[in-house]
Amino acid sequence: CSARSFRFTTFLASLTQTLTLVVHFCLVFQDSAGQFFSSGHTNNWAVLVCTSRFWFNYRHVANTLSVYRSVKRLGIPDSHIVLMLADDMACNHRNPKPATVFSHKNMELNVYGDDVEVDYRGYEVTVENFLRVLTGRLPPSTPRSKRLLSDDRSNILIYLTGHGGNGFLKFQDSEEISNVELADAFEQMWQKRRYNELLFIIDTCQGASMYERFYSPNLMALASSQVGEDSLSHQPDLAIGVHLMDRYTFYLLEFLEDIHPASKTNMNDLFKVCPKSQCVSTPGHRTDLFLRDPGSVLITDFFGSVRKIEITMETINLTDPINSGNDVQTENNTYVDQLPVSEIIHQKPKQRDWHPPDGFILGLWTLILLVFFKTYGVKHLKHVF
Amino acid sequence: MKVFLNYPQILKRWEASQVGDVDPGMSVAPPHPHTNTDSFQEELVVRPLHSGDIYASFQFRTVWEADFSRGNKVSHYQLFPKSLGQVISKFSVRELHISFTQGYWRTMQWGQPFLPSPPGAELWVWFQDSVTDVDGTWKELTNVLSGIFCASLNFIDSTNTVQPSAAFKPLGVGNVTDHRFLRYATLPREIVCTENLTPWKKLLPCGSKAGLAVLLKSEKLFHSSFHSQAVHIRPICQDQRCKSTSLELRQTLNAVFDLHTSGQAKREWSLFKMFSRTLTEACPLASSSKIYIDITDNSQGEQFELSPASSLLSQAVVLGDRRTFSVYDLTDQATFGSTRSLNLLIRDMLRPLLHAERYVAGYGLQTGEIHTVMYNHHPYRSFPVLLLDSVPWYLRLYIHTLTVTSKGKENKPSYIHYQPSKDRLRPHLLEMLVQLPPNSATEVTVEFERALLKWTEYTPDPNHGFYVGSSVISSLVPSTVATNTSITQEQPLFSSFFPCKEELSYFVRVYTEPLLVNLPTPDFSMPYNVICLTCTVVAVGYGSLYNLLTRSFQIEEPSPGLAKRIANVIRRMRGVPPL
Repeated sequence: CSARSFRFTTFLASLTQTLTLVVHFCLVFQDSAGQFFSSGHTNNWAVLVCTSRFWFNYRHVANTLSVYRSVKRLGIPDSHIVLMLADDMACNHRNPKPATVFSHKNMELNVYGDDVEVDYRGYEVTVENFLRVLTGRLPPSTPRSKRLLSDDRSNILIYLTGHGGNGFLKFQDSEEISNVELADAFEQMWQKRRYNELLFIIDTCQGASMYERFYSPNLMALASSQVGEDSLSHQPDLAIGVHLMDRYTFYLLEFLEDIHPASKTNMNDLFKVCPKSQCVSTPGHRTDLFLRDPGSVLITDFFGSVRKIEITMETINLTDPINSGNDVQTENNTYVDQLPVSEIIHQKPKQRDWHPPDGFILGLWTLILLVFFKTYGVKHLKHVF
Repeated sequence: MKVFLNYPQILKRWEASQVGDVDPGMSVAPPHPHTNTDSFQEELVVRPLHSGDIYASFQFRTVWEADFSRGNKVSHYQLFPKSLGQVISKFSVRELHISFTQGYWRTMQWGQPFLPSPPGAELWVWFQDSVTDVDGTWKELTNVLSGIFCASLNFIDSTNTVQPSAAFKPLGVGNVTDHRFLRYATLPREIVCTENLTPWKKLLPCGSKAGLAVLLKSEKLFHSSFHSQAVHIRPICQDQRCKSTSLELRQTLNAVFDLHTSGQAKREWSLFKMFSRTLTEACPLASSSKIYIDITDNSQGEQFELSPASSLLSQAVVLGDRRTFSVYDLTDQATFGSTRSLNLLIRDMLRPLLHAERYVAGYGLQTGEIHTVMYNHHPYRSFPVLLLDSVPWYLRLYIHTLTVTSKGKENKPSYIHYQPSKDRLRPHLLEMLVQLPPNSATEVTVEFERALLKWTEYTPDPNHGFYVGSSVISSLVPSTVATNTSITQEQPLFSSFFPCKEELSYFVRVYTEPLLVNLPTPDFSMPYNVICLTCTVVAVGYGSLYNLLTRSFQIEEPSPGLAKRIANVIRRMRGVPPL
């Protein structure tokens, strides 16, 4: 029967695919370059967004600036950071200490600093501009500092903060971005090969709802609170008169202050930042779309710009290009296959959970069967099968 | 009244006094030798103001031996910043003037600034006549500049750009007069903060690491009453014969420090108090690095103490006033002596002859009036001023109500250039040449009506209001002191910015305040309210109507009691009809 032959061919195809995968894996482990490029990224980008306007939302700007400060300290240059601040707090006329934004009370730490470059500010921080930055669909005259020029070997850190709810994040008190839009934007980025791995951190009320809808591979997400919980702010400063930071980002900043470019802390430590006793809300995370084990992912893979350098004392003989033509070909093949991206391309389609058929499909099949039996009668059934 | 100037380091040697004018009589070296190298000069002028505040003006001037007018391509950059050089060559820019200002300059209390600027951001550009699509080039230029200076200059579009016909003539050499190549725009809402200062400092040859730029720290600079940073690029003559031109870049920063917030209410000023830094060296790439302190009333030497006292004095005519300055040359190692103290006496300065105010009159959210008042304080001379007003399209001006009155009588302007607005396309442009009678106030009044914007055109905080850019008043004010009209003599930078053609008048540009106007703002929750209400009405109304029309009524027996039900069951079993 045709159905059976169809099933048999699919079985054969999946078998050959797994076999080739196993062969490629062996090649990877034989080649030392495979270990060298095991993390897969060559450059780091960061997109840090604060979506709130007005003076009493000072803490959201301070949140974003503290992450900006850590990211700069760990090595990502300004040209690779897209910083979006929806309102100006440092030179706001209500700021008693102009050109400063503090994160700790008693004005201990000025996260604004002296060398800051804000790429999108004021009214420019809109949902449209944010999505255009992520997907790269900007008008031709946009300057380089306002573009996210990542490629398929970039690790991107995306940090959002502001006021949010179940399934949305509010931009500037006039519009919202929903979790579906965000998931689709990430899928666009995946299709256009704009990231290698992406870490998404969100510090808003009910932040976990924003990463529920992700479906693209290589995404890891952290949120400051679960659905139905509010993220709370940390402490007010009586001289400035507003709350300075949110709790989750405050403890995240303290955690990041201990990280230096050579540290080996991994993502499991990041998941433990701000437990319920300190944060009052329960931070959440999502790693099922991420290929690597979070325990093997270094913090500096996303927050810093650490280049892998291998110092060697041996001399390397460069062979004649004509002779090594074929070698270069095979080298290229194995090199390409070492990337996690290529593994995903060659992967089997993901097994989705089986759901019973929908009402519509059921109804359609019932209709077809009914019509068939009415025309041909039940006794002809045995000729069909 | 003590002013300290701190110079930490070694010895000091007394220079021979050189009190005298820098006038054409003395043989002074030409401004820059005619070699193919760039030159860089830096200068700081400190002037104590009448109210106890202190005014500091930095100017950094880079001259680049490059001539773009014939379409030459340049690829080697020495002192001139590469980012600006590429912008100039790509967009065929003749002159570029951009300023970012926080605060409003109070002319009557502080006098005239060396370089005026309106609150917010202002950008005006003269393009070369080889540009075919000026509007397209202007849009791309604003986008590129917004990336360089980290400002939202990309909000400059046709709704706030105008082409003034008379008020903004080129400040560099050249005989371009076709104002189709001029574009002028202001963004009065633009905020200035450290992120604008950082790229501005990176354009300097020494950055902020050596020379006068070391003093530019944002924490003190932004804690001031007035702060303005600007970039001016224009072509200048290379020598007196002016056979070829070179490009001059002037970066200026003006700041006024308040007596009470920065000065702790004591009339003692020092570089450390103003900037929280002291100077240690001049920029090694600078050919001249000087500090000028305005000491016009220290001729007797009794009214203030300047410490460390410099015996180098110079006089310059600036803004119609001959003033004496004490000069500190930072390229001379001997200037950095041990710490001494500087005293300054604040005296009455020359009353500015021209200043202006602007305000909105009227009530309600439908109509209003804009009043611009220009004051001429000269006792017997009248002079003409050119008033430029650029009003956004959503304030619909009624030009038939335009009146100009001086001393109660009508004053007819001799030149009016008016370009009406087009909704969502261009703003109003009004240029008038008005003769101000002596010792009078001239009032220009025009009525307007407020337009209702579409609901997507409102900003996220519409109840704040909408800004109207400052008016610009340009004029040649008569002066009592002859100004130096030579263009190539060595002059302090602060007195040589505006080119002077006549000796008996000087050029002044005064900016008024920006206006904040409330437009009729809708209630943005109304779409949600309307949807809820309509759906409720439809549901209730349609539901009830449908039920009334299609419901059929049937008579139903009330259900019998328990005993009767059991009896019915037994009867049914027996086959007898129920009760």
